[in-house]
Amino acid sequence: MNEVDAAQREVIEEFAFFDNWMDRYQYLIDLGRRLPEFPEADRTDENRIRGCQSQVWFVAERSGERIRFRAISDAAIVSGLIAVLLRIYSDKKPAEILATPPEFIQALQLEQHLSPTRSNGLASMLKAIRRMAAEAEGSA
Amino acid sequence: MSSLTGMRPGAAGTADVTACRADFPALAQDINGYPLVYLDSAASSQVPMAVIDEIARYQSHDHANVHRGVHTLSHRATEVYENARTALQRFINASRREEIVFTRGTTESINLVAQSFCRPKLRQGDRILITHLEHHSNIVPWQMVCEQTGAELVVAPIDDRGDVSPDSVVALMDERVRLLAVAHVSNALGTVLPVRELAAAAHARDITVLVDGAQAVPHMPVDVQALGADFYAFSGHKMFGPTGTGVLYGREELLDAMPPYQGGGDMILEVRFDGTTYNELPYKFEAGTPNISGAAGLAAAVAYLEAIGMNLIAEHERQLLDYLTNKLAEVEGIRLLGMAPVKASVQSFLLDDIHPHDLGTILDHQGVAIRTGHHCAMPVMDRFGIPGTARASLGLYNNRADVDALTAALEKAREIFG
Repeated sequence: MNEVDAAQREVIEEFAFFDNWMDRYQYLIDLGRRLPEFPEADRTDENRIRGCQSQVWFVAERSGERIRFRAISDAAIVSGLIAVLLRIYSDKKPAEILATPPEFIQALQLEQHLSPTRSNGLASMLKAIRRMAAEAEGSA
Repeated sequence: MSSLTGMRPGAAGTADVTACRADFPALAQDINGYPLVYLDSAASSQVPMAVIDEIARYQSHDHANVHRGVHTLSHRATEVYENARTALQRFINASRREEIVFTRGTTESINLVAQSFCRPKLRQGDRILITHLEHHSNIVPWQMVCEQTGAELVVAPIDDRGDVSPDSVVALMDERVRLLAVAHVSNALGTVLPVRELAAAAHARDITVLVDGAQAVPHMPVDVQALGADFYAFSGHKMFGPTGTGVLYGREELLDAMPPYQGGGDMILEVRFDGTTYNELPYKFEAGTPNISGAAGLAAAVAYLEAIGMNLIAEHERQLLDYLTNKLAEVEGIRLLGMAPVKASVQSFLLDDIHPHDLGTILDHQGVAIRTGHHCAMPVMDRFGIPGTARASLGLYNNRADVDALTAALEKAREIFG
């Protein structure tokens, strides 16, 4: 199991603890609130991810052989999703990001429990992560 | 405001419009384990069984192409389609059936006027006057024709309640204005505009008047002649009919003078390579095989509304909107947007600092369907300095229990985001 998959398993186990949607959301919202400060200067059009109904900014940075992500949204639930994504994908090796299928989406019931535009936003964010990882992999 | 056609009390007053709820099969379902509470009729209304049955009946027995065949089915299809036109004429009190042009919806109706009425007429420096609360469909087609002709778009302001004062619109009606294009009812704020008064002022200055009636027709009696609308546009899917149907009403004299909008079959009398003669009204604006089953469904929706009575529907919704607004006002942390003195069917709001999309997601989990976002009225959101709102909108089938479910769901959302 690679590091991305290990992080994914951890998140899945954590969410399995909640047996109703309200608690799951409350936890997501809490995770979002605990995201590190995202500087105003990074909230540029260039860093904005299209395909999300709320505003989402995403930045990727190389750190040795790893890639680090920072992101934020103006919506609380989306910020929670970002927190989950960062835990799974940030500070990982690009090749492992690309090699690991995002099983947490189904396991967390994110597809069923997020509105269509919202899960499109999740899809857009995942796509951006994979694109950034592919670019980092290409330039390595 | 005496200029409003929609706010007269219902004839019977006591009849229970919400008994009609049982006619709408989509409303009788559970969403995420809760009974569906549908408060998004301003986006699209649900469809009664009478409309579903009529479409099925038409498709099962009468379908063929219209206006062409000598055979029986073609005659029947033509009859269905043309009877629908007559039903729509009666419904909005147009003086002639030829004044009813079938379109795909309000958006197409407005684009038709922009391209066929305005584009040949407008000159550099001419003006089109709209208000700040218009839906994008009543903004962008005018921006496009302005770009094509060098005309300018002029915007009348709204106040902090989301109301439009007639004086502020009339003040902008100078000799350069060729067209006034206004909503009858604002989709984002619910404001009912003083259309009759505005139309009278416009006509006194030789300004043609288009009314976007998409949010008015399902909620109040509309009489295009009494309003003084030269053009009146609306959609089938907001008045309990099928999607992809709509109407452009235009005064015959204006429609007659307009060139066709699209070319094709059914809109011509004679086609030769050295020139084509266009068909008469309304066919010259209905190129190609029309949405016949849609027209059948739309006519059934009209019959359904007429059987209940638009006055009764308006009165039911007026009382329910009052109830909705008052109940929402009691929710802690609520901010109501759109508090014009005369409104119909819509209440926009924000709750604490919860993002409207977050709120919509949490409400959906409790079976409550509302719209969130900018409602295709970004200038309205800019006017209030917000990215969007949550919007609850009513239809004839809604009742107080729906409102109570909404406010209960909002209380739960406050807990979750608390």
